Amino acid sequence: MAEILVLVEHVDGDVKKVTLELLTLARLLGEPAAVWAGPGYSDIAKGKLAEFGAEKVYVADSADIVDHVVAPKAELLASLVASRAPAAVLVASTAEGKEVAGRLAVKTDSGVITDAVGVGEGLVADQSIFGGGVNVHSRVAKGTPIIAVRPNSTAPVPATGAAAEEKVDVELSDSARAAKIVERVKQEKGARPELTEAAIVVSGGRGVGSGENFAIIEKLADSLGAAVGASRAATDAGWYPHAFQVGQTGKTVSPQLYIAAGISGAIQHRAGMQTSKTIVVINKDPEAPIFEIADFGIVGDLNQVVPQLTAEIAKRK
Amino acid sequence: MNIVVCVKQVPDTATERKLRSDDKTLDRDAADGVINELCEYAVEEALRLKEAHGGEVTVLTMGPDKATDTIRKALAMGADKAVHLVDPALHGSDALSTSYAMAQTLKKIGFDLVILGSESTDARTGMLAAMLAERLGAPQLTLANKVEIGDGAIRVQRVTDYGFDKVEASLPAVVSVVEKINEPRYPSFKGIMAAKKKPVQTFGIADAEIDAAQVGVANAWSEVTDFAVAPPRAAGTVVKDEGDGGVKAADFLASKKFI
Ligand SMILES: Cc1cc2nc3c(=O)[nH]c(=O)nc-3n(C[C@H](O)[C@H](O)[C@H](O)COP(=O)(O)OP(=O)(O)OC[C@H]3O[C@@H](n4cnc5c(N)ncnc54)[C@H](O)[C@@H]3O)c2cc1C
Repeated sequence: MAEILVLVEHVDGDVKKVTLELLTLARLLGEPAAVWAGPGYSDIAKGKLAEFGAEKVYVADSADIVDHVVAPKAELLASLVASRAPAAVLVASTAEGKEVAGRLAVKTDSGVITDAVGVGEGLVADQSIFGGGVNVHSRVAKGTPIIAVRPNSTAPVPATGAAAEEKVDVELSDSARAAKIVERVKQEKGARPELTEAAIVVSGGRGVGSGENFAIIEKLADSLGAAVGASRAATDAGWYPHAFQVGQTGKTVSPQLYIAAGISGAIQHRAGMQTSKTIVVINKDPEAPIFEIADFGIVGDLNQVVPQLTAEIAKRK
Repeated sequence: MNIVVCVKQVPDTATERKLRSDDKTLDRDAADGVINELCEYAVEEALRLKEAHGGEVTVLTMGPDKATDTIRKALAMGADKAVHLVDPALHGSDALSTSYAMAQTLKKIGFDLVILGSESTDARTGMLAAMLAERLGAPQLTLANKVEIGDGAIRVQRVTDYGFDKVEASLPAVVSVVEKINEPRYPSFKGIMAAKKKPVQTFGIADAEIDAAQVGVANAWSEVTDFAVAPPRAAGTVVKDEGDGGVKAADFLASKKFI
């Protein structure tokens, strides 16, 4: 069976959930082979990759790979595409994942599909476009299919694989090292799950009114084990860091439950959350467009409704 | 400094967007064409860099005839001139062919800096800037919320999952911007009048040495096999808070097994 390469997303030596989702998908399409780019490969990582069915793990652990923007990862994958002739390459459809996919497509002269929400037989991808208005099936017509799959589109299911480690040495070209990362600045998320991976997201907008008042959004999020998100109005005002912006120019999220408090539902916000399975809205304006996509909406003041909901959840636990 | 800012005309997101039933490409006649919002931020950043460091701002658009409206908008904001890559052979080009055609054109017109918006509201692939960097062999400084040029180097803040990275490279380079970077100016009346007289050069595929076999819907690297309009979301329940809104929300969450 041909290999399906899966580019591993990792942080602090641990594998992110989206990678487990991609491995689960890859098992249906061929033999999953994980690709670890950068330092930090550990027994914990190996254990996770094995648990979700990676038969092989290609490890390229040079720091050079992650100290430069995107290009080294594409070069690494291109060298594996050339030497292993995989049936497909899967990456996470995040802003950076899509950039890796784009460069890899150019390098390998292969077709690329982004924002897939599923991949089926014959490597046909499902996409949801125009803000969820149209469902599309697409396939790659030339080269090795490169498919970027949205986090949270498949439930990760364990199935043991060998996770046989194979070291890969890549000679990076000068152009792959052209954009150097000189410093990384982390914006804290506390102990909460990562925004794009969370099963539940609670977002606040301009209606929250201040940075301090985001505490009520955080408390609701914590009562549900959720991630916190924010609209552009809230991040522009400096009430919450930009890394938590949901929408066209922020993160695209697709959780089981999305709670929007004090957010009007501009098209740019909806572009980042419209595929959420269940949407709950709290807004004082009954005309707010966000109600059009709500499964359950409350017309009211979030300063009353949100704390009451948090207290009620605590009571029922 | 020779700055080229790439702008795209997209269907207005306020109107209904469709795919054509014949070749399954975007139906550009069904909706009004407007400048892609993020491209306005790219134009603004190009103008600010020119104001700070001198040079010239050229607008580059690939798109049908009617994309001239979008070019005029960028010129009215203050760009100096424009190149319009327009050819029937380009219709239905996917991300790979678009990046190829744009890279060929950029090689022809030359650049110190290429600036784009980080994605378009229609295709939303977010790949073009990375693909251009790859094709041009230039450093990729994408998803920038801050750009600085000085001492022969270019420094940007690149938005990441966890915050941002500070990234450094030398020119020539390819930059893409997110909307946090600036506040685009409105064209002034004077700007709008002046835009009418600014030079717009038209390029066909031959002018940019674009191989016809690498572009257009028939040569795309990926294809839409079929599509369907999504069933509308079932209308939800909306209740007015009568002092028990939080309790009602909890009831709903419980009914869906979230609590
Ligand atoms: C290029 C571009 C990219 C963009 N990208 C994004 C993006 O990624 N993400 C994004 O979110 N936006 C984005 N936007 C901005 C978007 O257009 C909207 O401006 C933004 O989403 C509005 O945020 P908001 O809903 O919080 O604020 P508003 O639209 O001001 O809405 C606030 C809402 O809060 C309600 N409210 C006020 N007080 C209360 C209260 N006490 N209780 C309950 N409800 C209350 C009001 O009724 C209102 O509906 C982008 C725009 C552009 C041009």
